[in-house]
Amino acid sequence: MTKNAIYTIETNQPIANDVFAMRLAGPTGALVAPGQFVNILLNGFYLRRPISVCDWDEAGMLLIYKILGKGTAQMATMQPGQTLNLLTGLGNGFTVSAATGKPTVLVGGGVGVPPLFSLAKQLITAGNIPEVVLGFRSSGDVFYAEEFAKLGCKVHLATEDGTAGTKGFVTTALQDMAYDYYYTCGPNAMLQAVHALSAQKGAAGQLSFEERMGCGFGACMGCSCHTQVGPKRVCVDGPVFTSEEVVFA
Amino acid sequence: MPDISTTLSGIPLPNPVIPASGTFGFGYEMASWYDINVLGGIALKGTTQNARFGNPTPRIAECASGMLNAVGLQNPGVEAVIAEELPKLRRVYSGLAIANISGFGIEEYVYTAKKFDEDDTAAILEVNVSCPNVQHGGMAFGTSPGAAAAVTAAVKKEVKKPVYIKLSPNVTDIAEVALACEEAGADGLVLINTLLGMRIHPRTGKPIVSIGSCGFSGPAIKPVALRMVYDVCKVVNIPVIGVGGIATADDVLEFVSAGASAVQVGSQNLVDPFACPKIIEELPKVMQQYGITSLNSIKGRAHT
Ligand SMILES: Cc1cc2nc3c(=O)[nH]c(=O)nc-3n(C[C@H](O)[C@H](O)[C@H](O)COP(=O)(O)OP(=O)(O)OC[C@H]3O[C@@H](n4cnc5c(N)ncnc54)[C@H](O)[C@@H]3O)c2cc1C
Ligand SMILES: Cc1cc2nc3c(=O)[nH]c(=O)nc-3n(C[C@H](O)[C@H](O)[C@H](O)COP(=O)(O)O)c2cc1C
Ligand code: FES
Repeated sequence: MTKNAIYTIETNQPIANDVFAMRLAGPTGALVAPGQFVNILLNGFYLRRPISVCDWDEAGMLLIYKILGKGTAQMATMQPGQTLNLLTGLGNGFTVSAATGKPTVLVGGGVGVPPLFSLAKQLITAGNIPEVVLGFRSSGDVFYAEEFAKLGCKVHLATEDGTAGTKGFVTTALQDMAYDYYYTCGPNAMLQAVHALSAQKGAAGQLSFEERMGCGFGACMGCSCHTQVGPKRVCVDGPVFTSEEVVFA
Repeated sequence: MPDISTTLSGIPLPNPVIPASGTFGFGYEMASWYDINVLGGIALKGTTQNARFGNPTPRIAECASGMLNAVGLQNPGVEAVIAEELPKLRRVYSGLAIANISGFGIEEYVYTAKKFDEDDTAAILEVNVSCPNVQHGGMAFGTSPGAAAAVTAAVKKEVKKPVYIKLSPNVTDIAEVALACEEAGADGLVLINTLLGMRIHPRTGKPIVSIGSCGFSGPAIKPVALRMVYDVCKVVNIPVIGVGGIATADDVLEFVSAGASAVQVGSQNLVDPFACPKIIEELPKVMQQYGITSLNSIKGRAHT
């Protein structure tokens, strides 16, 4: 169920280099699965900005975003008390039940990490404590490693320059791990590497993709991708696709 | 309350607001936001004879007060549209549906138009000779008066339903193309399709959208669209549906004053899924404010 509503900013704080956590107060009844996203209208910009929901409760939601352009830079200047117009409950989200009874790993790269947080919470509630692999460029970019640890997950950290955790990519850390099921979100190249490595290990999983969006709710065909079962829209048929259906260009 | 009803080729519309092709899927997808029966009509996603994936992504970019798209007519092909998409629309919608027909050759336009003519979902056939996002076809038919007239005549000969030609703004004299279509038997005109635009990433120096130059739409193009609707309405006697940058009830009044019988709202649906019902609700209120009793009474008043 998709909804349009106005949200009030409660907090908007930096948590790493150019990365902010924004807590919004407002209705969350439209959110039904971890990995869904919202589409945010910003003053002075024509198209909305899609951002994953990191976590939510009855009173509001948490978004984690990185300044990557003018829109996200404007978001970072917003103050508690200001309001935002959101479309929420967008996308399919992760299917938690698919991992039941299987040793599970969550693999996040950069701003692909946030949607894995509420996923981890729901997996744990379902009795499945996942291991977590987080990849960042450098130590100053790292966020949420402690939050995942506090949930009870074993966290493997990788940075490209080796300033925190293992030196290398998430796949460097993932190489020696044993798992039957995975969930991953991050840059396309990372998704492809995780998909290939996991296939070698015989593990299936779910991958969350990013694409430039016109609407975010299925009306424009702006975000289409190829899959094993024909063309799909990342915004409504995804952003989460199974390892069996994905096609890498 | 002011009268906001209108007609297109004898078909009564409760109001003039129609979502534009390509910005509203096949309609039913939008029924989760609101009751789409409040709409004046729905222009369906551009349909071709065969299934098309369209262009590679990225297909979307933003610009000041508008957007670029290079979707490139993604659709499952006319047979699948009629078998699978239209029944889903009919389940939730009983108003006017407008089929949007694209092609790469005259035979293909005729083939697809005939299929929609035989099915009873769409009451108007909108022939798109103006898609800028496909090579060898699409816009090529809309940028020459002779080619546009040839498509019009070929389709008209084979179908019973009213045929509206959707015109390209990427021409020197749109009135000339409009007149050629009218003479070839068009029952109405729809304008404008997207302008040609481009964005280049300032850091990389590479186009942001995969195919480089592509369709430019949104409020930024409204003055261009309005001028073209005005120029065309000055010379033709068939109904004109105005499209381009419409986002408010005031915009609707501008296009009707220029001579449009109805309007289509495109990009604004993507930014605000409630754009059309909001405009429909606002329209009688702003008409009352301006002392306008009916849309019909102000149609084309900018020309006098
Ligand atoms: C489903 C989904 C979930 C996402 N979740 C997050 C998240 O949780 N945290 C986060 O920091 N970022 C997330 N992103 C990426 C985020 O949408 C972009 O970083 C943001 O739109 C950039 O906006 P801007 O104005 O700062 O950049 P600009 O480059 O100025 O934006 C120009 C246009 O391009 C679009 N755009 C630019 N980069 C991207 C991108 N990577 N993906 C999609 N559209 C883009 C913008 O939306 C805008 O329309 C997500 C993207 C998608 C599709
Ligand atoms: C994403 C997108 C897809 C479109 N697809 C089609 C199409 O399939 N057929 C067509 O005739 N026009 C298509 N158009 C053009 C619109 O119907 C409309 O003519 C144009 O966008 C101008 O109106 P606007 O400024 O209100 O968007 C598309 C426009 C957009 C933004
Ligand atoms: S962004 Fe419009 S269909 Fe996905």
